[in-house]
Parts: sequence; structure tokens; C-alpha cells
Amino acid sequence: MQLDAKVPGGSLTAKWDRHRFELKLVNPANKRKFEIIVVGTGLAGGSASASLAELGYDVKTFCIQDSPRRAHSIAAQGGINAAKNYQNDGDSIWRLFYDTIKGGDFRAREANVYRLAQLSTDIIDHCVAQGIPFARDYGGLLANRSFGGAQVSRTFYARGQTGQQLLLGAYGALMRQVAAGKVQMLPRREMVDLVLIDGHARGIVVRNLITGAFESHAADAVIVATGGYGNVFYLSTNAESANVGACFRAYKQGALYANPCFTQIHPTCIPHTGERQSKLTLMSESLRNDGRVWVPRNPGDIRDPQDIPEADRFYFLEEKYPSFGNLVPRDVASRNAKDQCDAGRGVGLTRCAVYLDFTDAIQRDGRELIAKKYGNLFDMYERITDESPYTTPMTIYPASHYTMGGLWVDYNLMSNIPGLFVLGEANFSDHGANRLGASALMQGLADGYFVIPYTIGGYFAGTDLPRFSDDHAAFKDATLAADAKTKKLMSIQGRRTVDNIARQLGRIMWEYCGMTRNTQGLAKAAKLIQELRAEFWENVRVPGSDKDFNKSLEKAGRLADTLDFAEIMVHDALGRAESCGCHFREEFQTSEGEAQRDDANFCHVALWEYNGEGRPPLFHKEPLVFENVELTQRSYK
Amino acid sequence: MKKLAPKINVTLKVWRQKNPDDPGHFEMIPASNISTHMSFLELLDTVNEQLTQEGKDPIAFDNDCREGICGMCGAVINGRAHGPEKATTLCQLHMRKFGDGETIAIEPFRARAFKIIKDLAVDRSPFDQIIQAGGYISVNTGGAPDANAIPIPQDVAEKSMDAAACIGCGACVAACPSASAMLFVSGKISQLALLPQGKPEAAKRALSMVRAMDACGFGNCSNHRECEASCPKELSIVNIARLNREFFKASFFSAEK
Repeated sequence: MQLDAKVPGGSLTAKWDRHRFELKLVNPANKRKFEIIVVGTGLAGGSASASLAELGYDVKTFCIQDSPRRAHSIAAQGGINAAKNYQNDGDSIWRLFYDTIKGGDFRAREANVYRLAQLSTDIIDHCVAQGIPFARDYGGLLANRSFGGAQVSRTFYARGQTGQQLLLGAYGALMRQVAAGKVQMLPRREMVDLVLIDGHARGIVVRNLITGAFESHAADAVIVATGGYGNVFYLSTNAESANVGACFRAYKQGALYANPCFTQIHPTCIPHTGERQSKLTLMSESLRNDGRVWVPRNPGDIRDPQDIPEADRFYFLEEKYPSFGNLVPRDVASRNAKDQCDAGRGVGLTRCAVYLDFTDAIQRDGRELIAKKYGNLFDMYERITDESPYTTPMTIYPASHYTMGGLWVDYNLMSNIPGLFVLGEANFSDHGANRLGASALMQGLADGYFVIPYTIGGYFAGTDLPRFSDDHAAFKDATLAADAKTKKLMSIQGRRTVDNIARQLGRIMWEYCGMTRNTQGLAKAAKLIQELRAEFWENVRVPGSDKDFNKSLEKAGRLADTLDFAEIMVHDALGRAESCGCHFREEFQTSEGEAQRDDANFCHVALWEYNGEGRPPLFHKEPLVFENVELTQRSYK
Repeated sequence: MKKLAPKINVTLKVWRQKNPDDPGHFEMIPASNISTHMSFLELLDTVNEQLTQEGKDPIAFDNDCREGICGMCGAVINGRAHGPEKATTLCQLHMRKFGDGETIAIEPFRARAFKIIKDLAVDRSPFDQIIQAGGYISVNTGGAPDANAIPIPQDVAEKSMDAAACIGCGACVAACPSASAMLFVSGKISQLALLPQGKPEAAKRALSMVRAMDACGFGNCSNHRECEASCPKELSIVNIARLNREFFKASFFSAEK
């Protein structure tokens, strides 16, 4: 397969400028003749819908929830990075670029990451103009804080609700375009297939989640911005409806899946407590600015935390990584927490958690200041656990949070299927093997506000797109296939509920393809997934009717895709015989237990192509070329 | 040393309604062996798995983030929107707040403007329509000045953030005797009216959002403060006072119609 990432020539700093000039333009009067479908209304999909409509394109936007404002970007807490250098502490576009490339363990594309750092400053300007109430200093200027993996303060925030505020900004802009008649908003719809005509993405089939009816929608381009697949682990910080479905449908139509094994496990989440638990709640990484992570030094020490004297406490991150301390990147913090628990030093109900302790911070800064910074997070923690972090150390444990892998895209954010663009977490492009804190919001908005409005114009201006309507045979075929799948799911009427099987898949993935992986475990996981898939198609029980509001049926359809996808993820993890970032293969580690990359053999993006039912996917790769940074062993010591 | 959570038995008295046209009724469903660590939605999940195994239709309810921020969940529990806990969405309400043997009444958010879709799921799209009427600053992407060009006093930014914390769940409407959406509308009006960036459109925004609210069939504020008491994000009715001021200013002293 011929893959062209379409990275422009010239120096790194000039590539985006040059590319914007070289992209052909669509005449303003002609823009209304192009119809664009956007699937998903998070930061990427919401901002793209609004910006494209502002330019004059006709946009149809779909979301799975009852309103575009519910998309899970809303739950991002800590903040958004931008290389503004307002704090005069040595930040620059180059430093943000370098931190992001290094944080991703040198598995991202240089040109994309540099562009992201460049656009970061425009995002903050735009969001302030939209009326987003960012935190400010007494003088009225914007406040910043530092975040894991960075030694400068470049994170902008709105209390612990930054994602909510940014999303509502994009949502407001989207609603403005709905009112202007430029966006048709279709909520409570789930994309069930991507429709290709003559090899181009020309529309989608969706299921109306209230009536159960299938609907066909034709367009000149399709943008998928449906987030990540963190729910493959069942328990995650993702929303319930977050799923791999739209991306997986695109994969089955020929789009390449890139680095599916790169999944981020976030270090600071409220630990798992019971079998019926449906969710692991994130506690913002910003807490690591003031909280100290520790476990009892002696395995099996079951005293209450306040009874453990200083000498018997092991501040493992501070001791192992003196220069970054508690602020090491997420992958490093997570693995170290797991190591401590595996060594018998875990705390809490299940002995599978570590402490995050604010006693020193409260003594130093006073309860009032700490409450101002983290009050809403502390309240949330107390609601869930019934313990107050003001008086008892929090217990935290890593949980599935974000997925760096996603559909492959070129520099224009277009997949290998012409006319299919992929934005935000759904694509693979900017975070390599590990994402730094406060960079997801940055990427989602950069893609939607500032990249796609240019690159989609280049596609339209350079492509001959004959008119098709939604009565083309390709839509009928896709609808029939989707209906057949639904009918099949309804007909099984076995003994196990969808959640019951989803939980089992989650346990398999967490155990064998989670924070650490090894050859035997992955081989075992592949076998277990195949067995579970067979079990699902023979023994799942979906109640109710397919022509009704039916959550069980929705979940069953998603689980069917997730079961297929999980296998590709395991395949990828097995194929990448190195450790990098979040992907920690136990066989490949340094003498100090850190991830050992193999740049000679694995400095590439691993790509998987669908190869028919029951056959292993085909492997391709995009080599990563680094012209501007030197590949080093990541060190946070 | 943490202890295992105790288990309780409860009975759900839950509203069942097949579709918008069905008159609906209460159904009694027992739920046993419920860990008090569970959230209320996990209780509903558990009951739904049980109903599925028994060949019955599970209880339909909306939810998504399960961490109290998306605003998609919500029901009236024992007569209170989102249940008995202050500043807590339904997904963040935990079973430790209920007693063993208790009967728990569960109803959808009821209001003329919120059509019931099925069981506990309601249609809150009128909130989107109100925002479409002006809940934004009309700025196109590109061309914004530097983010620090206009300083905003910290207390103003904080008040704006207080108002912006609304999650659009609709509890305020469900709790209000007049099913008014004033707290919801006032959150957005206040957030934007307080900021210098929002001032140019303040008059137009106030008039048009209030008009949209009326058109959707929401009632007017009658100062019961039930909205404030039920709001999971603790929006203050100070915002309603600010909305009224903005509305009167716009009506009497601006050229906007």
C-alpha cells in the first residue's frame, strides 16, 4: 500500500505556513455547494462543525447523546496547554513541541506536533474571545499552572472544569450556526456505517436511537470525531457511550488503524471497589502539583495512613525521580503505582491503590488556598468514597483514560480513504506513545478550529466530486447490512447480558493488554477474546425491540465492534516488540525498569488494514523520520 | 483500615412509560443485596440486568459521563430532582444515602417543555433551542486579539465562572412549581454579560433568550428558589436577578427589539 503523509517540505517552522499557501482555495461563493458530515460533537467535532459552517459550507452534525453539549470532552478537568509564555518561564513553541514529542516517546510525526504547538496560542485567543471564563490572576491577566511532564507553567484552566468550559464554547459556536441555518444538528444518532462511492467517503448510515430507524445521509466529505476506545477496558474514565464503533466501521471500509495498542492509563483515578462498578472517576492530574504520592515502605503494613510515621512512608516518585518528582508523565506514574501494589505495598480496600496526600500542602498553604485550587475535586472525591481528602489521604489507582492510537491520517487529517477526515482523539496523530496532560483539549481544538477549515478546502478544490444523493445503492446496501446485524443481535436471546460480557472483555484487556504486557499474556488474550466473541454471538441476551429506545441494543452493537477491535489491539501490542511510552512490554526494559525503545526496528507507526472476516489484519507501516530532534532515552530523574 | 461496604435491600417505585403517548404508571421492583458503595445509576444497571434476565423490559434512563458533569442523567428521587444530596447529580448519588428496606420513588423530570421519551428519559432539546437564540458570543474562528489584551478582574472572572458551571441537566425546571427555566437561562446570560467580550450583544441576547424560553413553554420565575436548592452545580438565584436586570435594561434602554 502506498502511503503518503503529505508532510510539506521546507524547515519545520515554515511547513504549516507553506502548506496553507499551497492548498488550493474554494471560492467563497462555492463553499455552500459542498456538504460536510461531522460525526461527534466533542471539542474536535463541535469546533469543526462551527468553523466550517462559518466559512459557508453546509454542515450536518451528528451526536450520540441528547445534545451536542454532552460530549465527553466536557469531563476534562485540568486544563489546556499553550505556548504563550505568559509566565516568562522559558516556554516557547519549540519547547512545547519538544516536550510533546519526547513525552510521546518519539513515536509521533514531527510536522504534526510542531503545527499543534504553533496553533496552541491561537486556541487560547479564540476561546477568550468566546467568553470562556479562564482563571485569572489579581491583575486580571490569565493564570497558568504546570502539569505532568512539563517544567514550565503553560496550562490554562477554568477551575477543575476546563473541558466543560471549552466544550460549551464550541457548543455555543455550533448552536449559533444551527440558528443561522448552516448546520443541521441531528442528536441521538449513532453512525452504523461509512458509505464509500467510487472509493471516496460519501456519506454515512445512522441509527436513530429513539425510533430505531436507519437513516442515510450523503455528503461530499465525512469527518469522524468520535473520540477514543478507552472503554475496551470496560472500566475507564470515559463516558458510558464512548465507543470505537464509528472508527471501526471506517476500518472495515478500508481505513487504516494506527497504533491501536497505545492506550493511556491515567495515574490518578478513584480506585475500583466493587463488581458492579461501571466507572472509574478521574481525579485531575493537577492534584499532583500539591499532593504527594506514597505507600507504606514495608509490604503488608495495614495501619491507617495517619498512624504510619514518616520513616515508614515510601514517596516512591520523589525518591526515584528527584527532578520531576510527583510530576513525572502519566505512563511513568501509572507503572510505578502498579509496581508498588504488585510488591504488596498497596493500600485501601482492595490493597490496590496508593496514597495521594495533601497534608503537607495544607500545612504549607493553608486549607483555604488548597480548597480554592481543588475544592470541587475534593468534594467529588468525598461524594464517591465518603472520605475527606482534607483529613485523610486520597487513595488513587491508574485507570484507562485516553487512547493515542486511532485512525491513520495524513498531514491534512485525511485518512487513506479520500474524503474521510478524522479529528481529535479518534485519529492517531500527535501524541505518539503517550499523551501529556492538558494536551488532548489542545489537539481537539487545533484540529477543529484551525486545521480542518484549511485542509478540507484543499481536498474539495483538488477533487472531482460528482453529485450523489442518499438513494444511491451503496446506502441501501449499508442499511441492509446494519439491519441484518441488529436483527441477529435481537434473535440470539441467550443467557448473558451485554454488560456481563463487556465486563469480562474488560478484565481480559486490563490483565493482559493493560499497563504492562508480555508475549504469553498477549497470546492468551487473543485466544480468550476469540472465545468470548463466539460466546457473545451465541449467548448474549438483548431485551426489548429494535424499533424503540433500547440502550441494551445500542450497547450490544458497540460491544460486537469492540470485541473485534480488541483483537487488533492485542495483535498490535504483540507486534511491537519494544517498550515505548504507555506500551510497556516486560521483555524490553532498561536496567532501571524504564521503557526500552528499539529505534532501529520500531521507529514507525504500525498500521492495520482490514482483510476480511476471520482473517488477521494486514500490516503496514509509516516510518517516522526525525530531522529536528535527537531520539534520546526519556529520563525524568 | 477501610471496611467492606454493607449491603441493603430496597424497593424501587419507578415510573414506567412506553412512549410519549402512553399514560404511564408506577411499577414496584425489588432490588436486593445492593452495595452501599454503588452509585444510583449502578443500582439501576443492576436492576436492569435482573429485568433482562427475567425477560422484562429494562428501565430506560439517560446518562453518560457518570461523573456529574455532562448533565445527561437526572430523575426525581423521592420528590427531589437528583435526589436528597445537595450539589449532587444522580450519577454521583450513592446508595449509602439510603436505608435498608427503604422504598425509593423514581420519576422523570416533569415539565410541559420536556416531553417524556420513555420511562425516565426526557427530551431536553428546548435547552438547545434557548442557547441557539443567543447563548454565545458572535465571534468567528480566527482574528481574535491576544488573550491577555483585555484584563478581566479576577472577581468578575470568578463570578462569570460561577454562572458558567451550569450543566444543562434540567433539574431546575423539574424542581420549579412553574417549570421555569430561568436559572438555566440566567447562567448563560450572566456568564456572558459579566465579561467585556459579551457586552456588545448583551441586550440582544437577553431579549432573544427570554423570548425563546417563553416560546418553548417554560414558566416564569415565582421566587420559590427550588431551582437553586436542586441545582447540582449550586447556581445561585443571584443570576436570575442579573437576568432580570439585563432583560429590563434591554427592554427599556436599548435599541434592540
